[in-house]
Amino acid sequence: MSDPQAVKFDVVGFNERKVDGMALVTGKPVFAGDLDQPGTLHLAMLTSPHAHARIRAIDTSAAEAMDGVALVLTHRNTPATRYTTAGQGYPEPSPYDARMFDDKVRFVGDRVAVVAAESKAIAEAAVEAISVEYEVLEPVLSIDAALAEGAPVIHDEPDSTGIWDAAGNVAAAVDVRVGDVDAAFDDCDVVVETTTETQYAQHVPLEPHVCRSYLDEHGRLVLYTSTQVPFHARRIVARLLDVPIHRIRVIKPRLGGGFGVKQEVLLEDVCGLVTLRTGRPALWEYTRREEFVSSRTRHPFRVRVKVGAMSDGTIHAVDLDAIENTGAYGTHSLTVLSNAGSKTLPLYNRAPHVRFTGKAVYTTMPVGGAYRGYGATQSYFALETALDELARRLDMDPVDLRRRNHIREGETSPIFAELGEGREGVAMTINSCGLPDCLTEGMDAFGWEEKRGRRPGTGPLRRGVGMATFMQGSGIPLIDMAAATIKMNDDGSFNLLIGATDLGTGSDTILGQIAAEVLGVPLDHIVVYSSDTDMTPFDTGAYASSTTYVSGKAVEKAAIQVRDQIRSVAQKMLDTDAALLSVEHGTVVAPDGRSVTLGEVCTRAFYGADQFQIAATASSVPEESPPPFLACFAEVEVDVATGIVRVLDFVAAVDCGTAINPIMAEGQMEGAIANGIGYALTERYEFTATGRMRNADLARYKIPGPVDLPPIRVLLVDSYEPTGPMGAKSIAEIGINGPIPAIANAIYDAVGLRLTETPFTPEAVWRALQSAGIS
Amino acid sequence: MRVSLTVDGVARDVDVDPGASLMDTLRSLGYASVKNGCDNGDCGSCAVLLDGRAVNACLVFTAHADGRAVTTVEGLIDLHPVQRTMLDMGGIQCGFCTPGMVMLAVDLLEHSADLDEDRVRDALAGNYCRCTGYVKQVEAILAAAEERGDE
Repeated sequence: MSDPQAVKFDVVGFNERKVDGMALVTGKPVFAGDLDQPGTLHLAMLTSPHAHARIRAIDTSAAEAMDGVALVLTHRNTPATRYTTAGQGYPEPSPYDARMFDDKVRFVGDRVAVVAAESKAIAEAAVEAISVEYEVLEPVLSIDAALAEGAPVIHDEPDSTGIWDAAGNVAAAVDVRVGDVDAAFDDCDVVVETTTETQYAQHVPLEPHVCRSYLDEHGRLVLYTSTQVPFHARRIVARLLDVPIHRIRVIKPRLGGGFGVKQEVLLEDVCGLVTLRTGRPALWEYTRREEFVSSRTRHPFRVRVKVGAMSDGTIHAVDLDAIENTGAYGTHSLTVLSNAGSKTLPLYNRAPHVRFTGKAVYTTMPVGGAYRGYGATQSYFALETALDELARRLDMDPVDLRRRNHIREGETSPIFAELGEGREGVAMTINSCGLPDCLTEGMDAFGWEEKRGRRPGTGPLRRGVGMATFMQGSGIPLIDMAAATIKMNDDGSFNLLIGATDLGTGSDTILGQIAAEVLGVPLDHIVVYSSDTDMTPFDTGAYASSTTYVSGKAVEKAAIQVRDQIRSVAQKMLDTDAALLSVEHGTVVAPDGRSVTLGEVCTRAFYGADQFQIAATASSVPEESPPPFLACFAEVEVDVATGIVRVLDFVAAVDCGTAINPIMAEGQMEGAIANGIGYALTERYEFTATGRMRNADLARYKIPGPVDLPPIRVLLVDSYEPTGPMGAKSIAEIGINGPIPAIANAIYDAVGLRLTETPFTPEAVWRALQSAGIS
Repeated sequence: MRVSLTVDGVARDVDVDPGASLMDTLRSLGYASVKNGCDNGDCGSCAVLLDGRAVNACLVFTAHADGRAVTTVEGLIDLHPVQRTMLDMGGIQCGFCTPGMVMLAVDLLEHSADLDEDRVRDALAGNYCRCTGYVKQVEAILAAAEERGDE
């Protein structure tokens, strides 16, 4: 399969229906909050009204005395183990700086107590009856406040571990140097520098976090939960509650979107403890308000970038410094920070001199977490703005500047080896890079040549165009691991058991397609079951754009082993050499045309001579992380009288290798672009002076609706990644990086204004236009 | 208070709190397709038909549905054309917003002629989806409209 021209697929590359589509479109009860169990306790949470305070006293007696209240949990009756809610591989690269319940609260919305009661209404009333005496401490509500001399120390507790510099409020830091950046800028013909700021945002999965817990007939704890990381959730809950891993089963049913926020273990520990203490089922559903205030967010960043180039446009030096606001806890602080460099700087590998420095800073604000794009989104704003300015200074087409500098097939970047997930990375060479086609096909579809250089005019409505390019990754090399089990049934069908976690992305379907392709059957002969720690093999989970590339490879390997077993049985039935047998269209065919069906093969294995179960389990540990590539083109209209920015057209041309299911790959891009447009234009947390979020609902936190978006046009360019399953790379995250820089560069084209702070709300744009004297 | 309503063709007598929302009542009766995305009328995930017109069930008192007919996505006969086009054209990702989106589309297809992209987007304005970017959902609804004869 090394020659993509020779590859012809029967199932892969086709727009198969989602394997769970019928259940979803008919409204079957398939989500964690859908099933009801008699005797369920309902949970409600008391959260901190203060950004920074110590709990001096807490009185739960009135709540406990209420009819229907079963249990009240606080720091006084729960384990004091330090941990991180970040559902990452073990050992987690995030500091152990949190407790289930702490005697100190560090942001408005921090967990103080949870009530379990016969109904949600009783639980909520009991929460009101808890009285807490706080010693209010000075809040720390910005990066600058956190780094100021004499700033309050947010993590002053002695038992936290893994914090870079607790006394300085620094959760994590990175420092990577290649060449001699400072000297190199002196050799450059043009040097540009910019500093950008990005804001707090929330993932807003339509399904807020939800977890159900109960004891099975053997007294084992079952967590039926909306998680992206079932195996990490099991491990983390087991440690926190001091229960052996084998006494816990985590099941992820259908999931109503995640985008990273469900990579956190936020509900499972409490639900599990309630069930263990009471013996009763428990249900906890976050309200939309809690989803905003108490769950996880995108880390805000301040990024300064300096780019130097020669007069022909060759980039010679890049200096990138990122300061990340990780909020009250260091969840994903180091790895998001690392990705701000590792997923951006290798794109322009011509530069021999590169420096990437950064800090993740604690504040008493909402907690950052994993969010699609994972640091790259924040960093690309600065980098791609700088490249646009560089092109302008050099009087080059921004497309040509990218063409001159982007990484190509057969090339590498020292950053790959220098910087990984919070530690050293893994050296790799690019085997597939479709970026040249992304640029060409994207600009053709967009009409770049015709639209660029158009005079914006002098009326209130000014149009402009902008573009930017991106890479991301496909999983985390030498850290991620995915396994798949395939077993055969005597009608020629197969069970595919995977630890991989479908968040709604369609990964169950595309993993089924990979198995079907190898095994020579239609997709409906693959029964896909995923994300159940009792029944499916291990998988690190759905994050870092890992599933298609990493889990897909495990499925491909398991399917090949099963196919070999099928051949070995059929060899006896057809009395020929196994190596000559082909497995296709539900049959095993000999060179002379004789054949047996897969059903006959399995029936023989079950009931004939040498009985055995045709089955295999295979694991995949990626040795590299082949990047998908993306070119985005945006056309905007800026109303200089009102500051309103309308996106008129958005073209995204992407290289994800083989698209296992093209319509789903397009859907990943369209959704990511839509989310990115929201982040660029409207989505933000508004805070009071004391650090409370003011707009914690979907009326005031504005995500894009159907009338707010242009028709997003996605092009999948031809590409084949030789290390990927069926030539595939992953596509989940990359698209969300596109809108901010493409739109910012288009706004510059329209009105000559460099916006450096998101979101580009009408008020912000209008104020910037006023200060620049543009009207 | 007692409320009598018809849900998906089945007569139901329920005893509810006067302040109960139709969303909470339907979910407590086991109509799990009625999704709670915000409990605030912002997201449209709980949309059902009340006497044939789409409403956000979280904004309707159950008492208001007394003597009226409610249709959820579970009550659609066979597979509605728009359910099929959603399935075939990539209109479903996580599926959490899908029941509400489908009910809006059913209302739209029932009550509007000559649909075009703008009219479909306007009709869906109160339904959020975070997965798709709406491109394929709009295409699916237009395809269903085309099947019934719209240009």
